[in-house]
Amino acid sequence: MSETKQYVSIEMTRRNVLAGGAAAFMGLTLSGLASATPSDVADLVANIAAGQTPQSGKIVLDMPQIAENGNTVPLSVSVESPMTDTDYVKSLHVFAEDNPTPEVASFHFTPMSGLAEVSTRMRMAKTQNIVAVAQMSDGSVFTESVQVKVTIGGCGG
Amino acid sequence: MLTRRDFLQVTAATAALYAGSNIGRVAAAQNITQDDLLSFDALGQVTLLNFTDMHAQLMPIYFREPSINVGVGEVRGLPPHLTGEEMISHFRLNAGTAEAYAFSSTDFAALAQDYGHVGGLDRMATLIKAVRAERPGNTLLLDGGDTWQGSYTSLHTQGEDMVRVMNALGVDAMTAHWEFTYGADRVTELTEMLDFPFLAGNVRDTEWEEEVFDSTAYYDRSGVKIAVIGQAFPYTPVANPRYMIPSWSFGIQEKLVQQRVEDAKAEGADLIVLLSHNGFDVDRKLASQVDGIDVILTGHTHDAIPAVIEVNKTLLVASGSHGKFLARLDLDVQDKQVKDYSFKLIPVFSDAITPDPDMEALVTELRAPHEAELSRVLGKTDSLLYRRGNFNGTFDDLICQALMSERDTEIALSPGFRWGSSLLPGQDITVEHVYNQTAITYPNAYRSEMSGQLLKDILEDVADNLFNPDPYYQQGGDMVRAGGLGYAIEINKPIGERITNMTLLSSGDSIEATRNYTVSGWASVNEGTEGPPVYDLVSHYIESQGTVQVDENPNIKVTGA
Repeated sequence: MSETKQYVSIEMTRRNVLAGGAAAFMGLTLSGLASATPSDVADLVANIAAGQTPQSGKIVLDMPQIAENGNTVPLSVSVESPMTDTDYVKSLHVFAEDNPTPEVASFHFTPMSGLAEVSTRMRMAKTQNIVAVAQMSDGSVFTESVQVKVTIGGCGG
Repeated sequence: MLTRRDFLQVTAATAALYAGSNIGRVAAAQNITQDDLLSFDALGQVTLLNFTDMHAQLMPIYFREPSINVGVGEVRGLPPHLTGEEMISHFRLNAGTAEAYAFSSTDFAALAQDYGHVGGLDRMATLIKAVRAERPGNTLLLDGGDTWQGSYTSLHTQGEDMVRVMNALGVDAMTAHWEFTYGADRVTELTEMLDFPFLAGNVRDTEWEEEVFDSTAYYDRSGVKIAVIGQAFPYTPVANPRYMIPSWSFGIQEKLVQQRVEDAKAEGADLIVLLSHNGFDVDRKLASQVDGIDVILTGHTHDAIPAVIEVNKTLLVASGSHGKFLARLDLDVQDKQVKDYSFKLIPVFSDAITPDPDMEALVTELRAPHEAELSRVLGKTDSLLYRRGNFNGTFDDLICQALMSERDTEIALSPGFRWGSSLLPGQDITVEHVYNQTAITYPNAYRSEMSGQLLKDILEDVADNLFNPDPYYQQGGDMVRAGGLGYAIEINKPIGERITNMTLLSSGDSIEATRNYTVSGWASVNEGTEGPPVYDLVSHYIESQGTVQVDENPNIKVTGA
């Protein structure tokens, strides 16, 4: 079938492999950069905790299980708190364990904030855990993490 | 005690089906009648009729259920992860009977000679009209999606043939997945042509997160207010080209589903139905996490389960694919609770059902302009050709051979779609059959080079989309099909560790991570992929071969199944 062979070879990357890769496998474009590691993020969390042991609970970290587009992954975090003068969320930090720069965002609150709730979008280099850390006014620290996949393959039924 | 006439009818009361006696050999092929198929102990105020994943199959076909369909984690060995003999024994089917032919892969080619084709919209219409006549004012007909794609005529009419057929069938609501591969503009046009709601509560625009489609529709049946909530395939922009629907976002959105349920209750709904294209394992988990759903009509993973599966007071129905089955679920609803139900997954045995003349005429009209091409014979097969199953089917192996030959590559990759009809040994292969395997809107067959490492990464990635123990990470496709490449897979390992012993079959050498290999494939989700359309390529290859013979693929070693 000679006419079919006139098509030129195209350069294949992780992004344009069969049915998949829609979710922008950013590992390619970021590959020149060193990525962070889970232990880097553990160190960052330990810094915030300042000697406290991070507890689970209070944080709801809402992200898709599989990113539709690694360039802009929606992220919502809320922290349960009455947000009064004596009991409020001081700060909330989001880390990406395997991004070139693990610090995604930090948010600072006062009782006047009313709610400790934020929504934004972030870029993800590849499948990894996203970690949220909340520091409360009494010094206690809470943490939550979710795994978000950035896939290269897969074709739905 | 079930009788012949009950033919696989499973009711809440007859749990004995699991525990007990043989149903008794179902009548031989010549004795299966339309009345047998329709026989049902009606119950309650509501009759839900459901089909899903029809993949635009207007005509009777053959469809072989999978011989391998592995469940992982908590669902290992549970329906729908039962095939062949296990399926037959779990549901007390009888080997060699019509029911075994419908629900399992065992002796498929031989039983197909006895029991014939399945499906056909004119037969489906006959069954639906009969149930409506029996239950006027009680019946609701729901389409689980993947209806507009999968055939020559659907591709050439850009989904319009199926819209006309579904309007004629009197569908009450649908949800979607492959529908979206016609692109946002065309989907909008087609939904405007529908006589019924297109429900997709989990689709929102990427900028303002506003709803794109209605989420819920309400119906009154015999005084029961029914809420139908639509859930489109959550990973459409991941598994299919995102550039075709650039401003629509999907996702499972568990909290949003719970909210929709609460909203429906606030509207006074007595019965809440989720019309879902999540896939069975995703819906099984969703049912355990979201309260208040009475029925989930599942779709996407093409499972045909002869009984209702109950999870957290939710009834899960899995109606198969390709128009092969019509599910009937009768519900007795009292005080906003399902008090009793009766269920039957009716196999649409084409030879036993009188075609509905109106639908037959419409299908004939829709196919007439294309008839010459549809029936054009390309060659013949000496062996059974099928796709469905977790790993390479024989039709995929034929497609991979075509790709490697026509694009001159060492390796071919073909997507693990779950749609595509089967062909029996000795059958002619027509253009229509090729399109039944390949009719997509992004068909270009690329030629490229990939490193051994990239090939491994692809296999690992797709395997994790299929075998991740958390269903919410499963995309509901089967494993990518490989031509020219052998490998071993250990299903229960984590991503990165499942695939070993990758071998280039032409040389017998191990795949080297740093060497580049020539690779052909199709269904790339990336814009601008170059190459001939795969249906032309495969058609040309079959014509060049004349007769094909494809044996079961021995080059993929599966452990942990």
